Amino acid sequence: MRPVAVIGTGKTRFGAFPDRDLLSLAVEAGDKCLKNGHVSPTQVEAFYLGNFAGPSFVGQNHLAPYVSTALGIHEVPATRIEAACASSGSAFFHAVSGVAAGLYDLVMVVGVEKMTSQPTPRVTEILASAGDCSGEIRAGSTFPSLFAMIARRHMHEFGTRREHLAAVAVKNHANGALNPDAHLRKIVTFDQAMAGKPVADPLTVYDCSLISDGAAAVIVAPADRARDFTDKPVHVLGIAQASDALALDEKADITTFPAVKAASRKAYRMAGVSPSDIQFGELHDCFTIAEIIALEDLGFVPRGEGGPCSAAGYTARGGAKPVNASGGLKSKGHPVGATGVAQICDIVQQIRGEAGERQLARHSLGLAENLGGSGASCVVTILGEL
Amino acid sequence: MMGVIYTETVVHMASPAFEKDVPYQVAIVTLESGERMTARIEGARVAIDDHVVLVETRGGVPFFRKSE
Repeated sequence: MRPVAVIGTGKTRFGAFPDRDLLSLAVEAGDKCLKNGHVSPTQVEAFYLGNFAGPSFVGQNHLAPYVSTALGIHEVPATRIEAACASSGSAFFHAVSGVAAGLYDLVMVVGVEKMTSQPTPRVTEILASAGDCSGEIRAGSTFPSLFAMIARRHMHEFGTRREHLAAVAVKNHANGALNPDAHLRKIVTFDQAMAGKPVADPLTVYDCSLISDGAAAVIVAPADRARDFTDKPVHVLGIAQASDALALDEKADITTFPAVKAASRKAYRMAGVSPSDIQFGELHDCFTIAEIIALEDLGFVPRGEGGPCSAAGYTARGGAKPVNASGGLKSKGHPVGATGVAQICDIVQQIRGEAGERQLARHSLGLAENLGGSGASCVVTILGEL
Repeated sequence: MMGVIYTETVVHMASPAFEKDVPYQVAIVTLESGERMTARIEGARVAIDDHVVLVETRGGVPFFRKSE
């Protein structure tokens, strides 16, 4: 297996952009990425598109060649990958796999979602289709309600409190306020977070990530060719994807995500590092409780301690293990299909020392955790300096 | 059919098909067999560990209520 590096990144701002369509977002991120990696479209040998629900959100199918052609990338394999909120994490995993296996040298990955053209109840319905539509969704579960049921059980078993959830929201909004590309650059106070409008008890609007438009892109290459393109390549030290049942009622224990544990175990082994070595992370805070459980499943904190550790500042910018310095899905925004690649971009930016006001003190080894649905897909990536 | 509440939530923001029902309670019920199913709750709100009984199945969806 050949070592792989990220040689270029590009992102749009995340937000609600009524005058932008899916294609223009994807092309903006792709063009920025080609420029950043000093790569010409004719050099790209394969193209992967991470997108969750383009056909439902914007009525367009066959999206991978639709985007690659608009970027000037012709004739190469162009493949769309759908894994709910882990769509572009999975697309990245497959791009890295192709380069590691020696099938290709230069592979581009774009993640994109255009969500705000639909009214919120319809968005809720589309997002719910990432759950098991034959059971839990037919009974009226929404995505927030699945994570609300996870939160209730976590509270019951470990004493996790509303205050702990609120601490995650307050931290991620404070981080996102420093990010010029974030959807909601707004400080949220603890009192606000404790008094949000209910979505699915015990979760309020302050526990839920945003409905956003946006795109992100990266280019990967063999590590030994990386310096032909950039003087700041970032090494993919470990990467793994894992899966689990869609339906919560088929899981023995809903307070942990087996796919996160499996993917992280493999990624740590591949990278030859342990959770304590990781200096910072971009974790999948689709809901505040998801960040708390990710801390536990990734081995950053003991099981059941995710809530108290969050409230104690362990994951804050100045804490022992900063999490979601970008603002996370909560504040940066969550254009579903773009999120996995956006996490990679944010970590690469930190490792390169190009994160501006968000730059962390220790930034040479970072981890991205991209979760699909209520845990049925997970991609964990460990990135480090070459 | 009897069961015990494994977890629950009250939904306030729903998909179009369920907007007329909000707020409504959804729960995962552990049945006597040990199997779990996602169900709607009728009548009084339930909490984790409450005992419930199946009232009926409508459109493939089980509806439970708190047992006395």
